[in-house]
Amino acid sequence: MTKQLTKRDVLKGAGALGLSAFAVRVAAAPAAEAVTPALIEAAKKEGKVVFYTAMDLQFAERLGKAFEAKFPGVDVRVERSGAERVFTRIGQEYSSNIHTVDVVNTADQAHCIIWKRNGWLAPYVPEEVAKYYDKRYYDPEGLHVTTRILISPIAYNTNLVKKEDAPKSFMDLLDPKWKGKLVKAHPAYSGTIMNATFEIARELGWDYFVKLAAQNVMQVQSATDTPKRISLGERAVMVDGAGYLVIRYKEAGQPVDIIYPEEGTPLATGPSAVFKAAPNPNAARLFQNWMHSREAQQMIVDSARQYSPHGQTVEKLGVRKLADIKLMKEDPEGVHAQADAVKKRYAEIFKV
Amino acid sequence: MTIAVPATPAPRKFGIDVSKPVLYGFAAVLCVLIVLPLSWLFLYSLTDAKGSLTLANFYRLFSESAFLEPLITTFIIATTSAIICCAVAAPMGWLVARTDLPFSGVIRALVTASFVTPPFLGAIAWELLAAPNSGLLNKIFRSLTGAEQDVHLFNIYTMEGIIFVISCYTFPYVFVLVANSLDRTPGELEDASSILGGGRWYTARRVTIPLVLPALLAGALVAFLQAMTLFGSPAILALPAGFHTMTTKIWSLFQYPPKPELAAAASLPLLVLTVMLLRAEHMILGRRGYSVVGGKYGAPRLIPLHRLRWVAFIVCLLVLMLPVFLPYAALFNAAFSPVATTFLTWQNATLRNIEFVLFDLSAASLALKNTVILGTATATIGTMIAVVIAYVTARQAVTGWRVLGFLATAPIAIPGIVLGVGLFLSYTRPPFVLYGTLWVLLIAFVTIALPSAYQQLQAAFRTIHPELEDASRILGATRLKSLWQITAPLLRTGVIATWCFIFVGVMRELSAAIILFTSETKVISVLIYDLNESGDLGAISVIGIGMLIITFSVVIAVNRIPGFGNVRFRT
Repeated sequence: MTKQLTKRDVLKGAGALGLSAFAVRVAAAPAAEAVTPALIEAAKKEGKVVFYTAMDLQFAERLGKAFEAKFPGVDVRVERSGAERVFTRIGQEYSSNIHTVDVVNTADQAHCIIWKRNGWLAPYVPEEVAKYYDKRYYDPEGLHVTTRILISPIAYNTNLVKKEDAPKSFMDLLDPKWKGKLVKAHPAYSGTIMNATFEIARELGWDYFVKLAAQNVMQVQSATDTPKRISLGERAVMVDGAGYLVIRYKEAGQPVDIIYPEEGTPLATGPSAVFKAAPNPNAARLFQNWMHSREAQQMIVDSARQYSPHGQTVEKLGVRKLADIKLMKEDPEGVHAQADAVKKRYAEIFKV
Repeated sequence: MTIAVPATPAPRKFGIDVSKPVLYGFAAVLCVLIVLPLSWLFLYSLTDAKGSLTLANFYRLFSESAFLEPLITTFIIATTSAIICCAVAAPMGWLVARTDLPFSGVIRALVTASFVTPPFLGAIAWELLAAPNSGLLNKIFRSLTGAEQDVHLFNIYTMEGIIFVISCYTFPYVFVLVANSLDRTPGELEDASSILGGGRWYTARRVTIPLVLPALLAGALVAFLQAMTLFGSPAILALPAGFHTMTTKIWSLFQYPPKPELAAAASLPLLVLTVMLLRAEHMILGRRGYSVVGGKYGAPRLIPLHRLRWVAFIVCLLVLMLPVFLPYAALFNAAFSPVATTFLTWQNATLRNIEFVLFDLSAASLALKNTVILGTATATIGTMIAVVIAYVTARQAVTGWRVLGFLATAPIAIPGIVLGVGLFLSYTRPPFVLYGTLWVLLIAFVTIALPSAYQQLQAAFRTIHPELEDASRILGATRLKSLWQITAPLLRTGVIATWCFIFVGVMRELSAAIILFTSETKVISVLIYDLNESGDLGAISVIGIGMLIITFSVVIAVNRIPGFGNVRFRT
């Protein structure tokens, strides 16, 4: 139950708490911080870090295990759900003064706009972020950093659809031959899908979704579920979802393939942040720092099959380079302004 | 009741009379448990987001199709499920209780198995079995008939599919009520009819059926309420099919930006309908309580089925394939196969899912710990409260006992998700800020468990004649001593059964937990629900099988403890 605070409210609140000096200071980017022995020691004393994330569960746990191997004594507890669910959960917990989240990774930049405005995030810039990340990938005040870059392409089951028959564009999906054969994820659950829905509606108009809904689309929740459904053969084509999982499943020998739609592929970048009221502040910073190191970022590329904002990661073969994909433009401010309207409109059209 | 209960002598005053404070204490606790969440629910439903009084929430509820359609859908699902449950469970209950059906104990055990299976797990298993394209049954059908890829025999993502799955896990309620009622119906009444010249079918029509009718009606009502208030199965099956039921709608109102006022308003129709139905049942049955208490009747005579015995047995087994054998097989298949709906072979079998759940899934251990703590605590506290209240009401030990009985039964009228919303509104604000702790879940689970625990124990007390206690007290024992030495040992079976019943109920509970959990207080049912949303079916199957093993072990272990005898579930 996050109240929609105005900037003035936040300043007033900050002033009332005697933090006005701090409020002035955050305008400048904080100095980049390295992993120091003192930080590791303090993190070990805390012993754990609670990581709320919208990453697919398998990879999130793998990332956690890699961190535990690197810093023994600091356990990672992964709380995975869809980005919009994670956002709801944090809002509900914080409005009841429950502070359990240490580090969050979402798939919707608009969330960071709201958390930042609420004054919930702690400024923290890991050393490698300052060195190797393009400025557009982190907040000027150091409150959040983009961890991974996601696309939401079309994909299909290669046993059920021949390559030459596969759809090439979003418009192709309106062909009557796809009736009852499409599966789609939900923008009220997934941040990737929230961004994709916003971008598709902007490019093709809401009318597109009205026509799509007439195709008897199977509605699932998570962007990580649509690739699973086509891999099972439950539906032939996914309208949207986690492109990285399609690549992973294809590389694991499952009958799926990716299509970059002609109109452009929806884009969502997934930022991470440390919470000011984190119960394990040092472990949180250590984890945030490590997650944006070259080591973890290369895992994002090699193992998660997502795109990395880290300048020194090496792209792995077998997947189209981000620069070669025609992308739809991400617009966090737009999503922030229209998220509720998008959810409402979507529920009216698809009935759930 | 046909037999007058001997009037209890006025409570003797030995030293300090503690009965009054005990009564008031319990009444106060029950009031807080029930009245507090309901008051907040009413208040919220009548306010807008800013907190001023309005009827706008109800206006929206009954004017927007986004709310009306789920209301109608829910009504259809609940009615149809209740009819199907009665149509299947009543004949089966009669076969088991009143005929010479072979292996009737096995049938009873299988019904118990379908009862302890969490409905949401059953729904996921039926997704594996009957999803139109990837479902195992449809795959078998296509390979047998050589049908095209698009052709399917079953589609679980439909209204019919949901009704079917809900019925699978609701019919045990009707079965147990009917079978217990038939078990208790004395054979003499039927004998009397036969002696007076009534044929077998005449006797059945004029004596047996009227005697079970109240139980059947009660069963239909319970089935209707269950189907109406279930959250897991519709959330898993209705959303992919593209429609909401009332419970999934209420839950969706908690998504950002949360609209608790609307959720409260949407909860009230469920509450009102439940109360109305319970009143209606009371009016219909009224004084026609055929409960045949006490006395020493002969065992009911079993009707010989002759050659139909085995046919009947096989039909029962076929019916029980649907809630038990097929879903368990599907879960087993998904747990060990590389892709959830690929048929398991020796070549493709994998332990990956098990490894993932045991070693990688970092949320699992906390959820397991929370569930076991809550299950044990709820069962213990719930049984204790129920024992005290049942004793007080069965022996009419203090004045005002009726109020206690009413308060203990009242939560039956509050659907789980409605209680969840009410508790969320009550305990996220001072004076009791319990949201985010296990306490709020404990309160929810105790409240949900109380009515059936109380009814079971009250029935248990009724079977123990007060004369036994009186004899002990005449011989000089105090009330407490006679309770401890006479009543407690006799009650043991009933208490253990109630404890198990509550424990199993906690494992099954999702609808209140889904509203009340936080990341620190997640329980297994919520974890499974989360995994279902991201489609991690392999992990679900492993956790689900683990959950079933825990549940069955608890039930069987308690059954095997020497002296506890056979525990049979009663609702």
